[in-house]
Amino acid sequence: MTDNRKLIGLAVFLLAVFVVVPWLIAVTGRKDFYYTLTSVALLSIASAGVWMTFYIGRINMGQGAFALMGAYVAAILITQYGVSFWWTIPLSGLFCVLASLVIGLPILRLRGVYFAMVSLVLTEVTRLLSLALPITGGAKGITNIPLPGAISLFGITLVPDFATLENPRIAFYYVAVTLMVLAFAAMYRLVNSRIGHICMSLQQNEELASSIGVNIVHLRLIAFGISSFLGGVSGSVFAVVTQSVYPSSFTVTDSVNFMLNCFLGGLAYVFGPMLGTLTLYFGWNLLFETGEFQLLIYSTAMIVLMLILPNGLLSLGENRRKG
Amino acid sequence: MEQVIANGLYLGTQYALIALGLTLIFGLMNVLNFAHGQMYVLGGFVTYTIYGQLGLPFPVAVLASGITLAVIGGLMERYLFRTVIRRSHREESTMLLAAATAFFFDAVILLIFGEKQRGVPKIVKGVFNHFGVILPYDRIVVAVIAGLMILAFILFMKYTRTGRAMRALAQDRVAAQLMGIKVDRYTMIGFALGAMLAGVVGGLLVSITGVNSGIGGPISVKAFLMIMIGGAGVAGGAIAGGFILGMMESVGLTVLREYGDVTYLVIFGALMVFLAIRPNGLMGKPWG
Repeated sequence: MTDNRKLIGLAVFLLAVFVVVPWLIAVTGRKDFYYTLTSVALLSIASAGVWMTFYIGRINMGQGAFALMGAYVAAILITQYGVSFWWTIPLSGLFCVLASLVIGLPILRLRGVYFAMVSLVLTEVTRLLSLALPITGGAKGITNIPLPGAISLFGITLVPDFATLENPRIAFYYVAVTLMVLAFAAMYRLVNSRIGHICMSLQQNEELASSIGVNIVHLRLIAFGISSFLGGVSGSVFAVVTQSVYPSSFTVTDSVNFMLNCFLGGLAYVFGPMLGTLTLYFGWNLLFETGEFQLLIYSTAMIVLMLILPNGLLSLGENRRKG
Repeated sequence: MEQVIANGLYLGTQYALIALGLTLIFGLMNVLNFAHGQMYVLGGFVTYTIYGQLGLPFPVAVLASGITLAVIGGLMERYLFRTVIRRSHREESTMLLAAATAFFFDAVILLIFGEKQRGVPKIVKGVFNHFGVILPYDRIVVAVIAGLMILAFILFMKYTRTGRAMRALAQDRVAAQLMGIKVDRYTMIGFALGAMLAGVVGGLLVSITGVNSGIGGPISVKAFLMIMIGGAGVAGGAIAGGFILGMMESVGLTVLREYGDVTYLVIFGALMVFLAIRPNGLMGKPWG
């Protein structure tokens, strides 16, 4: 693809999410879509993190743990220490990075299903910890998290106080989508950089990469750290959007879903997680009307999709180009 | 103390049998079968229907559970996993398929059998009460049957032609193929056998703990734990893992009772430390 076409694609995408979608919602009056799309944007950020670990050849089912950590850090900072919401986004991300370095150093030595299963256990450990620790408020969780305040620079209000807005849902939509665009832009840049190419070599053969002089321990930690950062950011915003966080906010099911989003979009494509999240989340919600058959249809569709497109939705375009 | 050990052994035999099926499938195809717990539940419901509803003898019902699951497992391998493994660029894609089949079974079980907890009449009445151990007879019967099945499984893998072929496949797929082993056929048999084990345990346990449609997921997670402890893809490891988890659960529930519901938190924590030191479990091959 030429640079021009990429730029046009980016412009169309930005136009779509920032202008066309809000316009469509205003026209059709389906205000509830704001919440759905905010969720999709946030979940796709976390899925992008999982994708990053797939990129170095690790099956990560621990993103739920980091999302939950991020959510709790944000909730505790806001409700108990009065920190502004805008600061908690990077802070909870950084907290997750620190946690991921401590956890990642031993467990990133594991590979294949071992890593997958340990990260699955990590999700469960985090849930059980949040039930047991005194600061997280046990099963009752933390509720009544206030809405974000205003941002002003040199006395000029850049972002108004959310509580004064008529419909904070729209504001949250813009926040979530902005973060999503930033996250995926960073991912795209990273994957197409020198580090990204080296990560690719990790995916194929770690011993070989190491023998050529790639510091694999370093790179694994970086990738895992980025992944956890995105998980934490996603979780922290989610906590504020829903104004609450419980131990059950992010569970094993969510961790598995983050992974499925990546698979569905296609593991070979940076934007796979975004498409995967959108498809799975909307698919699930659309099927709500089928009542008790919801799960049956959903899972059947997933199996069929897997049989037809085992390399993800985005591999569709590739087949066409080849054929 | 004796009571705790007896409980641990009883739990261990069942766990080991569940883990054996999972590890067999993993060893042969490198597929982590997310639907293993759901297969267990399905086996439980087959036995519930045949023994509890239709009133046929218990052994017939358990046998039917095994056969049903073997057929389902064989079909799953033949028409789902084989296709996806052939077409996909990356091996991990089977995980999505496995997760999707787990959802599918969950949905089917919920639609057919509902969400109620189901139980069946006891198979043997009475309680064993000697040497300071109290254990209902039906638990002992189930534990003995499970123990015998583990033994039978080991002998089968060790001394029959099919078992030898499957062990060869697990060791080195390409070499086995070059030696003239029909890879496709034995992979299918292996998957069917693994599913059958899950079904049989489900059938056996319905007589003690009953069954309900929601326990599939948690059972899968427990089975994952067991094969991680022992080392994935190794039969001995699965058995060891099963007994170790059974013991830990039994001891943990007694010792840690005063601290509240933290047994699993401690087990998980211990497991992560253990795997950090020994990444491939007790007896697993490196990078299984």
